[in-house]
Amino acid sequence: MAAALLWVIPFAWMVVASLRPGDAGAADIASLLPAGPLGTGNFAEAWTSGHFPLWYGNTFVLCGGILAVQCVTVSLAGYAFARMRFPGRDWLFYAFLLQLMLVPPILIVPNLTTLVALHLYDTLAGVAAPYCASAFGVFLMRQTFRTIPAAYEEAALVDGASRLQIIWHVLLPLARPGLTAFAIVSVTSHWNEFLWPLMATSSPSTQVLTVGLASFTAGAEAGSEWGVIAAGTFFVAAPLLIAFVAFQRQFVSSFTFSGIK
Amino acid sequence: MSAASTTLPSVSLAARARWPWAAYGLLTPSAIFLLAFTYWPVLLVVLNSLTVTGFHGVAHWGLDNFGRLFADDHFGAAVRNNIVYAIGTIAPSLVLALGFALGLKDTTRFSSALRTAIALPMLIPLVAAASLFVFIFLPSAGLLDYYLGRFGLSETNWLGDPSLALGSIIAITIWKNTGYYMLFFLAGLAGIPQDLLDAAKIDGARPWQRFRHITLPLLGPTISFVLIVALLNVLTQVDHVIVMTQGGPSDSTSMLLFYIYQQAHQNYDVGLASAATVMSVGVLFALSVLSLRSLERGIHHEV
Repeated sequence: MAAALLWVIPFAWMVVASLRPGDAGAADIASLLPAGPLGTGNFAEAWTSGHFPLWYGNTFVLCGGILAVQCVTVSLAGYAFARMRFPGRDWLFYAFLLQLMLVPPILIVPNLTTLVALHLYDTLAGVAAPYCASAFGVFLMRQTFRTIPAAYEEAALVDGASRLQIIWHVLLPLARPGLTAFAIVSVTSHWNEFLWPLMATSSPSTQVLTVGLASFTAGAEAGSEWGVIAAGTFFVAAPLLIAFVAFQRQFVSSFTFSGIK
Repeated sequence: MSAASTTLPSVSLAARARWPWAAYGLLTPSAIFLLAFTYWPVLLVVLNSLTVTGFHGVAHWGLDNFGRLFADDHFGAAVRNNIVYAIGTIAPSLVLALGFALGLKDTTRFSSALRTAIALPMLIPLVAAASLFVFIFLPSAGLLDYYLGRFGLSETNWLGDPSLALGSIIAITIWKNTGYYMLFFLAGLAGIPQDLLDAAKIDGARPWQRFRHITLPLLGPTISFVLIVALLNVLTQVDHVIVMTQGGPSDSTSMLLFYIYQQAHQNYDVGLASAATVMSVGVLFALSVLSLRSLERGIHHEV
């Protein structure tokens, strides 16, 4: 129990330090007990000295864009692996699964070469590109499609629907739990990603929250503005923390459903 | 369940006959991205690692990059640190995660609050965790020294002392990942039939015996799955090293992926970076061949 309480101390400090007015004196900045008047000065300071609106915007576009493309690629491939018989299927499936292990962060060096060749360096599309196919998503959708009785498709086939129509109108609405689980895992991992966006972008206008926070922290550290750093960290971490507390059951079942990003 | 043992639903034969090409068509969008950003880079990095540029800019094949890599003390330090980091993070995280899961598996309002608290760190970026811990580890004024100081302990340079810095990085990782692993153990524990444990209890098995002979063996697949995820994390996450220590002081927190980042981003040495990437791709490839079975089982043991 004591160990479990130890776990929340960094968060407790984040909240207390970010609410402490800047002129409270540096000596007690480490104290976990809020003393004296609390204020939102640090949040205002962090918001104006960082480029948070831009970083939020970029992160939203990045996570949303990746998810939108992924939904198409993983639904189609997941359907093929779940329902169709074709030569080389098992080998192709294992070749797809290889991406579970050979994750993009490992391949930063050659992937940068590819981005430059495709003129995608320093663009959000370039940051998103390596994630547009997802072995984990294909696996998850394959499992999900398999739980749906084939009778639905047969009925649609008899009515003369095309395969894409079947996937879109019949299967995807029934596969919503699988898609939701995938969306949660996908957005969480790309919201938090740092190394690849750092490598694949260079100008301030393409920075995402994590990259922005790192440079923001480095600047504020020099001035020992710990309250401001705590407030900036809060801006970056809060959306997912709040979403987790609000939709905890959904998050937990998504992560255990999955395990791999 | 392996891919080979799939049973296909019955669909009319006429429809199935024209399916092979349709199937390849459905796989194409994924395959294009996998080719461009997973298979091609592996090939490219192998080619780059074997390409040696001579004095006059003439490239030829050779193992010089690997020779330079193995001769580089910084690389040796990175590999050694990575091994220490692997053992230092994985063993405590798994034991703690299992302990938390066992202690919190019965749902009460109190235990679910604690579960949430332990799971929270997994949701914040490693960079954000690093920002918080930079202050916690700050000498003298920082959180750790502030409270340790009350017990009469003098100030410590947690990130600046070569003998302590890797330990500090390990501490952050344990804090960040334990909750994630706990979720899998909670799911695994929920899958163990309660009547099995009750029967053993009636037969006089003590708590430790029940844990040792029933819970632990039945958690086997979960443990191996979590182990693989943890190994993957050890090789693919160095954000905190980049933000907090830059591999220092004197290489004491450098790791394989950080070394690759350094060679590519700061020294612009593509040959060396590629040779090091080949090493980590090799390790991960071996790991995936060994673990494909348990990965597949693990991912959907919950489903």
